[in-house]
Amino acid sequence: MFKRVYVWQLPVRFYHWLNALCILVLAVTGILIAHPPALSSASEASFSYWFGVNRFIHFATAYVFLFNFAFRIYWGFVGNQYSDWHNFLPFRRAQFREVGKVLRVDILQAVDKPVHAVGHNALAYFTYFAMFLVFVFQVVSGFAMYASMSDFWFPQLFAWAVPLFGGDFAIRQWHYLATWFFILFTVVHVYLVFYHDYVEGHGVMSSMVGGWKFLPKDEAPPAKPATPASGATAGATKSP
Amino acid sequence: MNAFATPPRAKGQTLWEEMQARGVDRRDFVKFCAWMGAFLGLEASGVAQVVKALETKKRLPVVWLHFQECTCCSESFIRSSHPIVADILLDQVSLDYTETLQAAAGHQAEECLHKTMKEHRGEYLLMVEGSVPTADDGIHCVIAGRTALDIAREAADGAKAIIAWGNCACAGCVQAASPNPTSATPIDKVVTGKPVIKVQGCPPIAEVMAGVIVHLLTFDRIPQLDALGRPKAFYSRRVHDTCYRRPYYDAGLFVESFDDENARRGYCLYKMGCRGPTTYNACGTMRWNAGVSYPIQSGHGCIGCSEAKFWDNGPFYQRLASFPGFGIETTADTVGMAVGAATVAGAAAHAILTNIRKHHAIGEQAGESAADEAPPPAVDPHPEQRKED
Ligand code: SF4
Repeated sequence: MFKRVYVWQLPVRFYHWLNALCILVLAVTGILIAHPPALSSASEASFSYWFGVNRFIHFATAYVFLFNFAFRIYWGFVGNQYSDWHNFLPFRRAQFREVGKVLRVDILQAVDKPVHAVGHNALAYFTYFAMFLVFVFQVVSGFAMYASMSDFWFPQLFAWAVPLFGGDFAIRQWHYLATWFFILFTVVHVYLVFYHDYVEGHGVMSSMVGGWKFLPKDEAPPAKPATPASGATAGATKSP
Repeated sequence: MNAFATPPRAKGQTLWEEMQARGVDRRDFVKFCAWMGAFLGLEASGVAQVVKALETKKRLPVVWLHFQECTCCSESFIRSSHPIVADILLDQVSLDYTETLQAAAGHQAEECLHKTMKEHRGEYLLMVEGSVPTADDGIHCVIAGRTALDIAREAADGAKAIIAWGNCACAGCVQAASPNPTSATPIDKVVTGKPVIKVQGCPPIAEVMAGVIVHLLTFDRIPQLDALGRPKAFYSRRVHDTCYRRPYYDAGLFVESFDDENARRGYCLYKMGCRGPTTYNACGTMRWNAGVSYPIQSGHGCIGCSEAKFWDNGPFYQRLASFPGFGIETTADTVGMAVGAATVAGAAAHAILTNIRKHHAIGEQAGESAADEAPPPAVDPHPEQRKED
């Protein structure tokens, strides 16, 4: 028998999909900036502005991405136990034990026994933390490059990164390389969602839409969890 | 304000007096000042300050040192489009020592250098062209029996400020390119405690060099610098921001190869590796050789010569730098594609493995739900608990 558990609150789901949309837009417009298609036109350049528009979309989306990310950090302090910030950092031995378990069960598949989880598993939480660091890097490097094109004070807050890298070229290079991280991340992320949904049947995939997961009755957390921070370990195990 | 009026003739060594001696009339002198004021981005009223300074300020003692370099900075400077820059400013700034242009040689030259350094201690301007090698105790560049490192430190010690001419002195340029066998080092990394003005470029534009000197003469203080130490008046805009081909960039119209139709139409050189979007310099506005042209106008992309490490960010004809250790054609994309393919292959392999190794677990759940469904309960005692399908 399965029990229905409300895991992902509406703000978390909203963040997830807005974030996914932003990353998609940023990656597509970003790759277009790096590799614009070959066009030829005999008309005046001033009649066309698609590359400028493309860059505008990239920059505008960057703001949405940043503030959405900032909101998620905020939610890590006020949200439920599954979105709590403690989960993302290695504080407890149990988290490392869980990483080992996940590696054995899901990656090496040495054990043919799914371990049931409520939030993410520890490995997934850590991976998301690494991803957050890449977010920060993209934001800093992106706005640092943008600073010299803008009169707005906000991008200027990131201008210090330019001398750190030694110049715009190096920043651009790393900013571009990090785009590949997002592409690879998406491949793995989407695959693992399919995997967990298929193997465990917890409804991982729909949980990011409706917020509910389905757990075996004996594995599900009690209706009223004790403290928010203890959430990860309480029922932890797997799902991306 | 009567700055434009002819000042009383007096014997001395201000720039204006020197110009008069050479037959430059008042009109040309003021024109020159206005021209410089415009380069410096001064307001119209600021021009009077330039006039005044060049009329009244005494000659500025200068030591111009040459280390690991090709002298293209000096060459650029003496080929300035305005004769006043080359002939008179050089005299005005009183090059007490510069290997390339001085008449003195050997002991005489050395004496000259030391005399200036002693007599004008704390006042002279140190201009450095070239990088300083630090490997093997600096023996890769030795002048008059002393290493560049030694000379630079001694000269910097008594200097009021340092101007680093060109990419060598600012960032090491080609000598510092990988693998940098002599450990060529920019001047600001070998001396401490002195303000360094980085006049970037390989070489810098002559008018930019003159502009920096005029600024120092006029205002007696360091011009506003950007985060990388370059004077903002000349290096706050990217070549890309002042490029006349920019409308093609914004329209997404690019040259695909140097001999195609798009090149003939003068499209943007972005895809030919133009570094304009990441390079801060005044080429687009000042241009070269009296404003005749600049690389992009001549059909070649910017190579980013006013940015650190521009030699290592190559190849010049490709937008993305190649990745070190992977061969010249390997860019972030090649690496990304390879890792991407490996990731997809890994996921596929994992998926197959899952079906083999986990069939038990998957089957169990399927059976579970089938069993659940066998006797459908008449009334669900726990409406909030859903069954799996
Ligand atoms: S030619 Fe270079 S500097 Fe000019 S618009 Fe194109 S990319 Fe920018």
